[in-house]
Amino acid sequence: MTALLKADNLSVAFDMGWQGWLPPRRLSLRAVDGVSLTIDRGETLGLIGESGSGKTSLGRAILRRLPLAGGSVTFDGIDVTRMSGAPLRRLRRRMQMVFQDPYASLNPRMSVGDIIAEPLSVHRLGSPGDAADRVAAVLEMVGLPADSASRYPHAFSGGQRQRIGIARALISEPEFIVADEPVSALDVSVRAQIVNLLQDLKSKLGLTTLFIAHDLAVVRHISNRIAILYAGHLVELAPTESLYSAPLHPYTEALLSAVPATTPGKMAARRRIVLKGEPPSLLSPSAGCRFASRCPKKTARCEIQAPPLEERRPGHLAACWEA
Amino acid sequence: MNRNPLTEIAADLWRDKTGLFGLTVILLLIVLVVFGPVLAPHEPGAINLAARLKPPAWLDGGSWARPLGTDHLGRDVLSRMIIGARASLLVGASVTAIAGTFGSILGIIAGYFGRRVDSAIMRLVDTQVAFPGLLLAIIILAVVGPKLQTVIVVLCLNGWMVFARMARGIVLTVREAPYVEAAEVIGCHPIRVVWRHILPNLLAPMLTLAVLEFARVILAEAALSFLGVGVQPPDTSWGLDLATGKNYLFRAWWLVCFPGLAITVTVLGANLFANWLRIVADPHEREKLFAAAVVAEEGAAP
Repeated sequence: MTALLKADNLSVAFDMGWQGWLPPRRLSLRAVDGVSLTIDRGETLGLIGESGSGKTSLGRAILRRLPLAGGSVTFDGIDVTRMSGAPLRRLRRRMQMVFQDPYASLNPRMSVGDIIAEPLSVHRLGSPGDAADRVAAVLEMVGLPADSASRYPHAFSGGQRQRIGIARALISEPEFIVADEPVSALDVSVRAQIVNLLQDLKSKLGLTTLFIAHDLAVVRHISNRIAILYAGHLVELAPTESLYSAPLHPYTEALLSAVPATTPGKMAARRRIVLKGEPPSLLSPSAGCRFASRCPKKTARCEIQAPPLEERRPGHLAACWEA
Repeated sequence: MNRNPLTEIAADLWRDKTGLFGLTVILLLIVLVVFGPVLAPHEPGAINLAARLKPPAWLDGGSWARPLGTDHLGRDVLSRMIIGARASLLVGASVTAIAGTFGSILGIIAGYFGRRVDSAIMRLVDTQVAFPGLLLAIIILAVVGPKLQTVIVVLCLNGWMVFARMARGIVLTVREAPYVEAAEVIGCHPIRVVWRHILPNLLAPMLTLAVLEFARVILAEAALSFLGVGVQPPDTSWGLDLATGKNYLFRAWWLVCFPGLAITVTVLGANLFANWLRIVADPHEREKLFAAAVVAEEGAAP
């Protein structure tokens, strides 16, 4: 398989203003710090991290929605790191996004048909005449009734709205989609429907997806590989089965132990790892492992030197000295 | 349901009686402005010292020849109001239109592009706000000479900042909305993002502001006319009549009351119409209205 998307040593920093005087120091928060990953054509990569781990920033940086503090992004062999203006807008046809909030991400003043058809008119795809047909086709694909096009977003439920968001992302026939926590704002009962829909679409259209989530249960079914982000660092990157059956990083172990078991007996039998403390401040990160302050397996070396992300088993990468 | 959009709008308007009232007032005023000279019973500047300070027709001493009475020079109040509407409404409408457009555009640019552009534009606004508006107006009018066009320009000069500030504020909040980000991710050109996704949010608050400004501008024109640098006699405007009439407030209340009433009704009409427009422009509000109308006609579902 060939890589459709390649992020190399990617960093995102947010300017937090100045601190002190004599000399004044520029404060910057490194939300994403030196992340390298590739996503193969047709693959779904699950990206997991807790709030503030930088997963959303990473997703937006890959789509070139955020200014990069360092590193490069390559899409389909094209270096898009410095792309801007019209070429970047043209590229947007090929890389789309599904948003977290299905309520706020649809313009309340536009009809559903207009919302979904907008990429067509922006990129001048097809004639205005067959836009309606394409909207109808994509509505059917995401499982919405054909008469939805003339209605407004407020007439729909959360799950239906997310289907509208997916339809908008799909109509320009993109190759790559970033789904930024597409189900975390939805009711639990609707989540499975949307995840299944995304999975169907993926196999039907051969989509390449970066699926961002904060819980492991959701991404397990849909992802080929999973990346775990902690405090802006990639700590583990592995094929789904390998990660679930034998996680290497202590943080991943702790995450997996928090997934509820299907039967009560299993839950009791399992060792639950409870992490103490908070993730480290990203304003003044230490030189050592970011996870050291909360790690049950910490050694002296962890505090001084950050572990590199290395292949520990075939295809299974982890950043831990003890793995 | 495939109805002509025009009939649909008309039906909407018929349902909302206050909006209908607003539109009626505005249409009446337009007729007044266009056909003023034909409708006015007397020459507005014709002085008749024999008939000074005659009261309105329905009071003792009034006559139907001069329905709203006469002023201190015996000029017909009704005729003066009909002709005066032209200057007042021209100044009010053109100043709010020009200042509103200019201010909103600058505000949108400042809010959308942010950073240096924002600072530059907003410092310009601050500087302009720091000048006492009336003083600036008097100086300019005194130097250039009082003409209606100059009055419009001068009032625009001290009227655009409030639009710029308001537009900027709204753009700053809407800009962060996920659907605006969605539009950018789709690949929309910034102009399209502003036009399709940000501008509709500005419509309602800017309309409301424009109506308030419209009233303020009519009064500002009155103030300038009162100071002698606005509309020059023998031309007239509501503001000028109001200003000269106030000297006779206790002897002849109709000199002040009728032009004042005209300004009030104009502003009220514009306000009600703007309110209706605001609701119609919002699909959510519209649907609520529609539902309420259906319930009213067919009764609530059991």
